[in-house]
Amino acid sequence: MRTVTIDPITRIEGHLKIEATIDGGEVKEARSTGTLFRGIELILQGRDPRDACRITQRICGVCPTAHATASTFALDDAFGIADRIPPNGRVIRNLILGCNYIQSHVLHFYHLAALDYVDVTAVASYEGTDLGLLAAKAFVERGALGPFVPRYEGDYRFPIELAQTLAGHYVQAFDIRRKAHELLAVFGGKMPHNVGIVPGGVTQIPEIDTIAGFLWRLNEIRHFIDNVYLPDVLEVAKHYGDYAEIGAGSGKFLDYGAFPQEDGRFLAGGTIGMDLAAAAFDASKITEAVTHSWYEDDAEPRHPTEGKTAPMPTKEGGYSWLKSPRYDGEVYEGGPLARMLLSYARGEQAREIIDGILSELGAPASALNSVLGRHAARAVETKLVADAMADWILELAPGEPVYAPYDIPDEGEGVGLTGAPRGALGHWVRLKDGVIDHYQCVVPTTWNCSPKDDREQPGPAEQAIVGTKIRDEENPFEIVRIVRSFDPCLACAVHMVTPRGRPIGRVAVG
Amino acid sequence: MGKTHEIPVVWLQASTCSGCSVSVLNASAPKITDLLLSEVIPGRHINLRFQATVMAGSGDPVVEILDRIPKEEPGEYLLVVEGSIPTSDGGLYGTLGEEPMVARVATLARSAQAIVALGTCASFGGMFAAAPNPGGCISVGDLLKREKIDVPAINIPGCPPHPDWFIGTIATVLVAGLDAVETDEHGRPLRFFGQLIHENCPRRAYFDEGKFAEHLSDEGCLYELGCKGTITHADCPLRRWNAGTNWVIGSGAPCNGCTEPEFPDLISPFYVRIPEEALLVPPPRKES
Repeated sequence: MRTVTIDPITRIEGHLKIEATIDGGEVKEARSTGTLFRGIELILQGRDPRDACRITQRICGVCPTAHATASTFALDDAFGIADRIPPNGRVIRNLILGCNYIQSHVLHFYHLAALDYVDVTAVASYEGTDLGLLAAKAFVERGALGPFVPRYEGDYRFPIELAQTLAGHYVQAFDIRRKAHELLAVFGGKMPHNVGIVPGGVTQIPEIDTIAGFLWRLNEIRHFIDNVYLPDVLEVAKHYGDYAEIGAGSGKFLDYGAFPQEDGRFLAGGTIGMDLAAAAFDASKITEAVTHSWYEDDAEPRHPTEGKTAPMPTKEGGYSWLKSPRYDGEVYEGGPLARMLLSYARGEQAREIIDGILSELGAPASALNSVLGRHAARAVETKLVADAMADWILELAPGEPVYAPYDIPDEGEGVGLTGAPRGALGHWVRLKDGVIDHYQCVVPTTWNCSPKDDREQPGPAEQAIVGTKIRDEENPFEIVRIVRSFDPCLACAVHMVTPRGRPIGRVAVG
Repeated sequence: MGKTHEIPVVWLQASTCSGCSVSVLNASAPKITDLLLSEVIPGRHINLRFQATVMAGSGDPVVEILDRIPKEEPGEYLLVVEGSIPTSDGGLYGTLGEEPMVARVATLARSAQAIVALGTCASFGGMFAAAPNPGGCISVGDLLKREKIDVPAINIPGCPPHPDWFIGTIATVLVAGLDAVETDEHGRPLRFFGQLIHENCPRRAYFDEGKFAEHLSDEGCLYELGCKGTITHADCPLRRWNAGTNWVIGSGAPCNGCTEPEFPDLISPFYVRIPEEALLVPPPRKES
């Protein structure tokens, strides 16, 4: 029996440590640890509520737009204007968030995950004319290989020409994810940390030239998704087929759904299991436990609006800054896989694409609850969102309003729920005397990488690691591939509930 | 062809959202792949030894890089720090490779050739040092003072910083050395932070004429809606963002003042007008 500690897990957002106890070549226990605490909700207390949609973006530089979205939903709700957002405002918000989905998913597959599968040093023998590959070849020939080595050695399975092609796509994908941010900036102003999404709508009125520019920037990215990203995910699946049987989580999934339409949301929300029986979710059933988190103990798990926590970095039995969100007391996984299962159950375009992939791989639907299933779901979701955006952009009415003016009430409460690229994201806000009295975020990675709860149930990522056979303990590919399949975002995940009633003066300029 | 000079770079992320890293990935000319793979200045290649968002390795092998480089290559490497540094309770609020970040940054800073504090958090404390500063976060400059580390450092603020500000500064250092980078009293390169947003703002004429937007998305100067362009130093109006696609005021939003040492506490609320006495420019014309 020995414990393997991987700290830091790189190529994720934020700071994560994984400890795995291995006996007889199999993981018997796993502990997922968020290693950074920041407390942004405490920082929000006492501030102008409108600032929340700027400040909460700083929770995460990879998915700030999702926080801006959840925050504005919560503030629209608290201000009583959720039904007054002009259609242009709703659509542009969706377009901005959609760009974030594309950027986040492309970045994840190529730049965060692919180096676990693709040996990029294969470019040394490249003979073609692709500019990116020639630059990579010159790089390898010079011999200073940071940041691509050191790395785990051994299990790179692609034949050399395919490895070269995929290395070229790794380089090309840097351009595509950059262009997704440029697309976002068309209406969002800048990225990271867009300024376009605000309570009441957005800040920029669409004109015909911006609409046309957006569409054609988008079309270039869609071409990449259809002809490079989706086929590359299939190549990984074909060469690493065993990863359809590795990394199953709790088998219970949850998402809030994303992209409000005139009626319902484009991506379905709800709960679902591997039996594909979907149900509506009830936000009152969400609780967070702190049994193994570095916060003072609490009598029982609490709903986010009732949270009571104080940091305690030396707590006995604690092993993470993450808390343990649970739904109805059970362990649920969020993310693209949850949303694609929900969309599949709703019998949409998602079903057709996913069935096509499963049939090409000759895999049953149960194989989706795996490392490969998460990657495939992410790629399918990227396509669904990007294709829908090409319709949404044409729904915009040039020159028409995007913003509904409002007054900030002294008192109010609001909830903002959205599917974020990595899973279910919720913001809860309470106003008092016109400023933020209480703000709370429950974010995707807190669900997925949470520590054990009050009932000693391990979190989804921990469950996914336990039981895995490790071929080479010096190069534990299996563990990092499992963890990265969740696309963890630790910066989002570590947060803190504000102690009630702690007075913090309002900060003003001047 | 002469031998390529490899310049080792260690990029540490402390209390950050990783937005600075993501922003640098958005570099368009040179692109991030040019920076990583090619001689960004002919004959000189940035050898990025440690960067947690992009590097291949995990765990012990990469922590070993951090442990070895100050011992084996003192005075040779550039240290880039992204994020502020948590110091509460001996730094237990942030650890990396099972050691407090504050100790890691200090050890690496002490033997670096030069330090780049990237982003407003590293430069001035920024968002995670905002009141009540739960993690006791401090800027790189404050850490250097506290630890009596006398290594030259430059601040490249911004939440996030524009990729050109980072790459342009690095290129200057590679070509002409750190001393060639002229800075203001806050350690910011004058090349990028020498002028107020206001001085180059396309909506400047509205300000001078007293024509103000009443609501977001309206035409007019955004001063009444909280724009901080009159007190914020950066070349955003000229450089624009995301390969020149747009920028904050271009999208109809007020500047949040994110390159200033006062961001966010003393520069917020973001959507409330700053008093005229705080302006660094003559006040707007009064309606007659």
